[in-house]
Amino acid sequence: MSDEINPELFEHLVNLAAFAFDPEEAEYLRRELNNQLKAVHQLENVPLAEDVPLASHGVTYTAETRTGLRADEWEPCENPDDILSQAPQVENRYIIVPDIPHTKLD
Amino acid sequence: MAPMALTAFETAQKVKAGELSAMEVLESALERIAAVDGQPGTLDYGDLTDEDRAKVHAFITLTAEKAIQQAEAVDAKVRAGEEVGPLAGVPLSVKDIFTVKGTPSTAASRILANFTAPYTATAVQRLEAAGAINLGKVNLDEFTYGSSSESSAFQPSTRNPWDTSRVPGGSSGGSTASVTAGEAMLSLGTDTAGSIRQPAAFCGVVGLKPTYGRVSRYGLIAFGSSLDCPGPVANNVRDAALMLGAMAGADPHDSTAAKVPVPDYLASLGKGVKGMRIGLSPDYMQITFPDPETGELVRQELPEEIRAATLHAAEVLAKLGAEIVEDVPMPNTAYGIPAYFVISRVEAASNLHRYDGVKYGYRTQSDYKDLKEMYRKTRAEGFGLQPKLRILMGMYVSAAQYAEQYYARALRVRSLIRSDFDAAFAADGEYRLDALLTPTTPTTAFKMADVYGDSVLMQYADQLTVPANHAGIPGISLPGGIASDGLPIGVQFMAPDFAEETLFQVGQAFEQATVDEDWRKAKPAVMR
Repeated sequence: MSDEINPELFEHLVNLAAFAFDPEEAEYLRRELNNQLKAVHQLENVPLAEDVPLASHGVTYTAETRTGLRADEWEPCENPDDILSQAPQVENRYIIVPDIPHTKLD
Repeated sequence: MAPMALTAFETAQKVKAGELSAMEVLESALERIAAVDGQPGTLDYGDLTDEDRAKVHAFITLTAEKAIQQAEAVDAKVRAGEEVGPLAGVPLSVKDIFTVKGTPSTAASRILANFTAPYTATAVQRLEAAGAINLGKVNLDEFTYGSSSESSAFQPSTRNPWDTSRVPGGSSGGSTASVTAGEAMLSLGTDTAGSIRQPAAFCGVVGLKPTYGRVSRYGLIAFGSSLDCPGPVANNVRDAALMLGAMAGADPHDSTAAKVPVPDYLASLGKGVKGMRIGLSPDYMQITFPDPETGELVRQELPEEIRAATLHAAEVLAKLGAEIVEDVPMPNTAYGIPAYFVISRVEAASNLHRYDGVKYGYRTQSDYKDLKEMYRKTRAEGFGLQPKLRILMGMYVSAAQYAEQYYARALRVRSLIRSDFDAAFAADGEYRLDALLTPTTPTTAFKMADVYGDSVLMQYADQLTVPANHAGIPGISLPGGIASDGLPIGVQFMAPDFAEETLFQVGQAFEQATVDEDWRKAKPAVMR
């Protein structure tokens, strides 16, 4: 059986996920992905009637049980410096990132 | 009796009555930790020594000073005659997937190793407010991704207190090991596919996955947002009930925490099981998995000892007056893991994109020319192999061209898994169960390194627990016997939405009826 995720497709996923791997890691991960997909293909054997809905949660929320969203009101953060202090690079209370590559769109 | 030999319930009673101080209890806990835990989990730990192999290694971060302050505060309140909470003086460990203000909150990952949380998770905040003494953070699989706790970036990873050559299970392995080894009386864990119940079974303690929405997820570092449930690990059912009562309920910080009243769980205890209908299903007495070579499905009966422990639990309950309903069909059980491979990975990939070396956490120390290269190097160096595997899988099965085939299909299969439970529990149905009784795991605790690396086989350790996560229903694992290898066997009960009371009621009845059975006399190696 040929691998569902071939080296080219794997490389594409790696780029999308913003990763980088050495060849040994890449081979391990690709093999595991393909093995997991063999398990996933069991789902194709499940008879699914037209009316079986998608379940985003197991437990259904009702009007009584749903907490609902909070009012969209501004509240001052109690400790902004505790949060800023977690950032790897901060200058004048701005979080600094490296140069952002630009791609010219046609 | 040493304070750590008491139950959490007894401890809180004695502390409230002034018969025992929270500080004495804490000292007893810290002594146990010093005696059995060994080196805490650390990044870039070298080779293990023989001594390391004999220790438990439950903790990553012990916050003894904070615990001392909390114990002093509880004792001061008692002396002043002020009200203290239901967990007064009870030592608690917290899985390091919850944020605790001012404390490293690592998710057992290099990418969060330097992250100090600026806020406290709701569950932790409520337990501390109830008087629990927070000992610190315990180890887990990186971002909870595993069933053995071995994938932690913080080594030595946790070992099973019954036999330190075995895994404690996972991902809440540090939680269950710390309770088993007498280092904590309670632990806060999380369960996404069985991550409380499976290690509870492997370590011979009680572990509850509450109903999805019963306990707030605020401050829980997210993995599978539609599946994650914080829950208690305890030495006995009453302690688990006490702990759940202290942390359950709606939370304005989490819109998925359901607005369902929290009953007095202790009041559900002692009611017995007379007239209750407890189900057994043949679909939970086997596992089905794909052969690694051929991909063909292999169906295997569970080991006889595991089946026997479950049937024994049924007999015990029958003698107490429960009606045992056999042959309850749960035909979609075998699809739990395949559906989980899809749903959990999509949610994990979505949740893990936030770790980018910009706002908090690790940033690569090597050179980079632009933002993209910084992302790439940070994520490559910061994440271990298991998170990377989950991200890649999640991206693949949710890609536009594959989403219908994989993700949408898995979500529909999830409906079918839910419908199995709906049919079993329906009040006007054929089975009308109060609870379903099953084994918790297909095996006892496996040897360290035996399964690690095989991500498919590892995932199948959760085959009997994951259906409850898909369905959202509560499930509890209780010690149910000791196998011939000397390791604990767990039995699981599952009940309808928000019926945790039923699980406590049945669980305590089983616990009390088996208190004098021989297997209860066995003790973990580190407790002998």
